[in-house]
Amino acid sequence: MKIHIPTPLRVYTEKQATVSVEAGTIGDALAALTASHPDLKKHLYTEEGKLRSFVNVYLNDEDIRYLPQKESTPVKDGDALSIIPSIAGGSAAVIPEVKPEEMTLSNDEIQRYSRHLIMPEVGMDGQKKLKAARVLCIGAGGLGSPLALYLAAAGVGTLGLVDLDVVDSSNLQRQVIHSTRDIGRSKLDSAEEKLTGLNPYIKVVKYNTMLSSANALEIFKDFDIIVDGTDNFPTRYLVNDACVISGKPNVYGSIFRFEGQASVFATEDGPCYRCLYPEPPPPGLVPSCAEGGVLGILPGLVGVIQATEAIKLILGNGEPLIGRLLLVDALGMHFRELKLRKDADCPVCGTHPTVTKLIDYQQFCGIPAATDKPAEAKNLIPQMQPEELKRRIDAGEKPFILDVREPHEYQIANLGGHLIPLNSLQQRVNELDTSQEIVVHCKTGGRSQQAAEFLEKAGFKKVHNLAGGISAWSDKVDPRIPKY
Amino acid sequence: MLTISPSDYNAIRAHGEETYPHECCGVLLGTSEDGVNRVVAIERAGNTRTDRAHDRYNIAPEELIRIQRQARGRDLDIIGFYHSHPDHPAQWSQTDFAEAHWVGCSYVITSVPKGTATVTNSFLLTGTGEEDKKFIDEPVHIETAVAK
Repeated sequence: MKIHIPTPLRVYTEKQATVSVEAGTIGDALAALTASHPDLKKHLYTEEGKLRSFVNVYLNDEDIRYLPQKESTPVKDGDALSIIPSIAGGSAAVIPEVKPEEMTLSNDEIQRYSRHLIMPEVGMDGQKKLKAARVLCIGAGGLGSPLALYLAAAGVGTLGLVDLDVVDSSNLQRQVIHSTRDIGRSKLDSAEEKLTGLNPYIKVVKYNTMLSSANALEIFKDFDIIVDGTDNFPTRYLVNDACVISGKPNVYGSIFRFEGQASVFATEDGPCYRCLYPEPPPPGLVPSCAEGGVLGILPGLVGVIQATEAIKLILGNGEPLIGRLLLVDALGMHFRELKLRKDADCPVCGTHPTVTKLIDYQQFCGIPAATDKPAEAKNLIPQMQPEELKRRIDAGEKPFILDVREPHEYQIANLGGHLIPLNSLQQRVNELDTSQEIVVHCKTGGRSQQAAEFLEKAGFKKVHNLAGGISAWSDKVDPRIPKY
Repeated sequence: MLTISPSDYNAIRAHGEETYPHECCGVLLGTSEDGVNRVVAIERAGNTRTDRAHDRYNIAPEELIRIQRQARGRDLDIIGFYHSHPDHPAQWSQTDFAEAHWVGCSYVITSVPKGTATVTNSFLLTGTGEEDKKFIDEPVHIETAVAK
């Protein structure tokens, strides 16, 4: 078989661009190559005998790392191996790891941080630690807003932000880093402007992406502490696992309606999020803030707790929330604390971990992969698109519309449907006619799916779920219906 | 020294303006003889760093293999790479250096402040490998009669 040699390595193959070898497998072929050209070895392999990280080897068009048999894959005549060192770079400097003692503070900075500097618990040493620190915030939304603002004000030298969203008017009830004039603008650009406006001595690094198993470790590499401000389970498990794998603390916070949680996970001796919650809840059981709502000040409260924890970790002072879960109840204004233990059998941080690389977190959380084509049926329930409902109404058909939201949501906006909140459906099911065609809707389609599945089991045969709920109706059919 | 035709030179600069505010990237094909990297053709490549294309670039190995295969058919070699620095100087960065592995190849960088290509510089990666590699400034000769 043939092995294609890239230009920089041809000095070791007597300028040959292609070397022919006799081999049964990929491993044999590479061994034969380095046997006949021994100087190549140190350019291809590390001292431990592993392929160097920037060296890609392809069998025809396949990366050998992704072949099921890897280097043991059999090869035949006519196959070609290509050795391809990676090509990458960019104007951004690698975020440097600088020792706090090497940091200096200008006179302007000394004045700015004077209330820190006069406290012995921070002082000049602590302020330099803050300046040298590199903190990554996952999400520039409810939790990300207050925590990034306070970390920037405190003088955390490098703040990374990961977000793909644009500012929406429904964000502004709590996401105080964004302004009304930012509606429609990227959350990253909006946040960067506020943060550098507040403190021009810090650096903001923007990652305009969804955090994923493919990019998380690469992004985390440049940071010391990860602060989780996400609003969904797949990303929360991803952040946790990536923190454990890369050995970085995970400053966790979450919020729902009037309640919040905070903790510090994935430190060397402390538990991780999976020690607390080994399995995600079934999809749909725990509503998101978009479905269930959240008191606007609550992320302020919890985000500032997260910022406090991050700063304590940087200073190496105080007692961080390691092994403790703080529960915040804003209605009663109670703060409770639960003790958490590191689970020796934890699949990620236990003594014999089974999860050693990032997995598919959508699948782990039971969320079906997104498809381009709208689903026609989900768990036997036909999904009706808003346009289809509109067409039927316009055609004079009169499908019975069942609204399973709460009365206070009905007050905000409705399609004139018959209101039976999901929780009362079982008791009030006799109000409905089993022979009639029923279209069930809620705000975004989750609760109505549950309602439709219940009705189907109860003997209703002509039940549809309105895909995307009243929000999709507003988007696709009638923008006069307000979105909330 | 890097020699390049005016049309190829202008094309790599135009590419940087097109992708602004993101970094563009591509491959220089040609011949390498007596210390001269002679560009005969350029191939545009996609930037796979969509997460932060404004200050990073990466060319997919699959794309390189395809480009290399076409080059072999034309008796050309990969002799270098180009990319742009939106709103940054035409100077290699620490990232460029850390990620440069093609010793003997020219790394061409165009500065694109506010969407208009200004300075284009070339840097030759010298040394024998990762331990002693070094970027040296490489003169760029824009040649009207390039032997094709």
